[in-house]
Amino acid sequence: MTTALSRRLLRGRVAGLRIRESGPPAGPAARLARRVWPPLLAVGLVLLVWETLVLVGWKPAYVLPAPATVAGELVTLLASPDFWTAITITMVRALVGFAVSLAIGTVLGIAVSRWGLLRNALGALLTGLQTMPSIAWFPLAILFFGISEQAILFVIVLGAAPSIANGLISGVDDVPPQLLRTAHVLGARGLGLYRWVVLPAALPAYLSGLKQGWAFAWRSLMAGELLVIIASRPSLGAQLSFFRELSNAPGLLATMVVILVIGMAVDGGFSTIAKRVRSRRGLGAARL
Amino acid sequence: MTAPGPVTLTGVGKRYGRGGAATEALRGVELRIQPGEFVCLLGRSGCGKSTLLSMLAGLDAPTSGSIDLGDRRVAMMFQDANLFPWLTVAGNIELALRLSGVPEQAWRDRVAELLSVVRLAGTERKRPHELSGGMRQRVALARALAQEADLLLMDEPFASLDAITRDALHDEIERIWIERRLTVLFVTHNVREAVRLGDRVVLMQPSPGRIAGEWLVGLPRPRRMDDPAIATRAAGLRDELDAQAPAAEGAA
Repeated sequence: MTTALSRRLLRGRVAGLRIRESGPPAGPAARLARRVWPPLLAVGLVLLVWETLVLVGWKPAYVLPAPATVAGELVTLLASPDFWTAITITMVRALVGFAVSLAIGTVLGIAVSRWGLLRNALGALLTGLQTMPSIAWFPLAILFFGISEQAILFVIVLGAAPSIANGLISGVDDVPPQLLRTAHVLGARGLGLYRWVVLPAALPAYLSGLKQGWAFAWRSLMAGELLVIIASRPSLGAQLSFFRELSNAPGLLATMVVILVIGMAVDGGFSTIAKRVRSRRGLGAARL
Repeated sequence: MTAPGPVTLTGVGKRYGRGGAATEALRGVELRIQPGEFVCLLGRSGCGKSTLLSMLAGLDAPTSGSIDLGDRRVAMMFQDANLFPWLTVAGNIELALRLSGVPEQAWRDRVAELLSVVRLAGTERKRPHELSGGMRQRVALARALAQEADLLLMDEPFASLDAITRDALHDEIERIWIERRLTVLFVTHNVREAVRLGDRVVLMQPSPGRIAGEWLVGLPRPRRMDDPAIATRAAGLRDELDAQAPAAEGAA
């Protein structure tokens, strides 16, 4: 197992080096390989360290199982319908929470960027809310809404909406003044100016806000699912809690892997959209 | 369409700031531009020529005096093309059409026509960052023409282009000005460019910005930049400029 792993790792490293030496005019296959190898290498290194810790017996096996054991547990979990029910409930919460945050954050962002009075009133508060750890909201949320979906939603929105609003506000603030002058000469005023010039110009910053908002929403959701466990509603967070209570370390770690992968996949989706938007405008690394 | 009257500036002044810290950007500017005239505003940096243009475009208001545009629609070009980077070439022109109230079903033909006027036919789907500086200015010109304005304000639009591209664009703007019977106010700090393009060259001096003189160019059109008559006229104008400069600096 270990030797197979290190062999794979070694191959990865050598391949990575060879590609880098071959220089910029590489074909699409080599380009793909160059993008795929470094993260694989990093994952391989983590697995290697993990495997080593298991082999030297740093913690007993029932606390820190080997990667292969966790992988086996992951396969079992992914084959069980109950686990998919948990994933589905968590994802629906995430989507609803993010959608509500998106709506509130966007309206708030436009309003604050447009009216000076609102900016003076809410600008500092929005930034302050962003620094507030979302878990600190839960006692209040549980007091307000009890152990319920609303309590979780409340905290997700408080975590994500300020990031989305702030992304939009900084995007609007950074619209180049010469584009605003041009728009004025072209006859854009009021709502038309926002619809056709200000908001499109702010799109890249808005997307960064969405990406950050998603990260906050996902973290808040996991904190919420650990604290607000609703009896009839299995979820990824509730799974974590159960596995800990049952001292099922492989299940715990396998669930964490799923949480990490979902978070990264959505984040990667936002990054891909943002990159496409930027490259269409002649911005970003795609130029080089 | 009724023929608009002349553009008239009467005693136009502009101050920035208040009290002792105020700077006077323009003082007592009197200018009259006849319909269909091509006027070049010539002066060094800081003489207020761009401020004057901004006020004519409605981007800024004079602190004294009045501006009468003679009931015209105004379009403006800047030193940078300022194309909207999220839109294609066609999208940029379409936005100008939309904001001018042109119905959507007419856009396609109008875009194609305007692009052929600026000799960029077939570039509809390009993105601004895929074009050269000269091509971007051509698109900006097409976008300005899309507004169907009869007063075109140009703020050093060719200053950052290379000489070959600039010569070509001089020919284009002269041709389009004649074909479309536009009134043009063109700001430049380049004496030869002013003589190449203008019916009349208006000289501005700084501190505070004011009009210091004007010359009728009186050369036949179409003109060519390498015509010796332009060089001769430009040399004469530059001599007059230099003769005025020490006095102007002494007054500052």
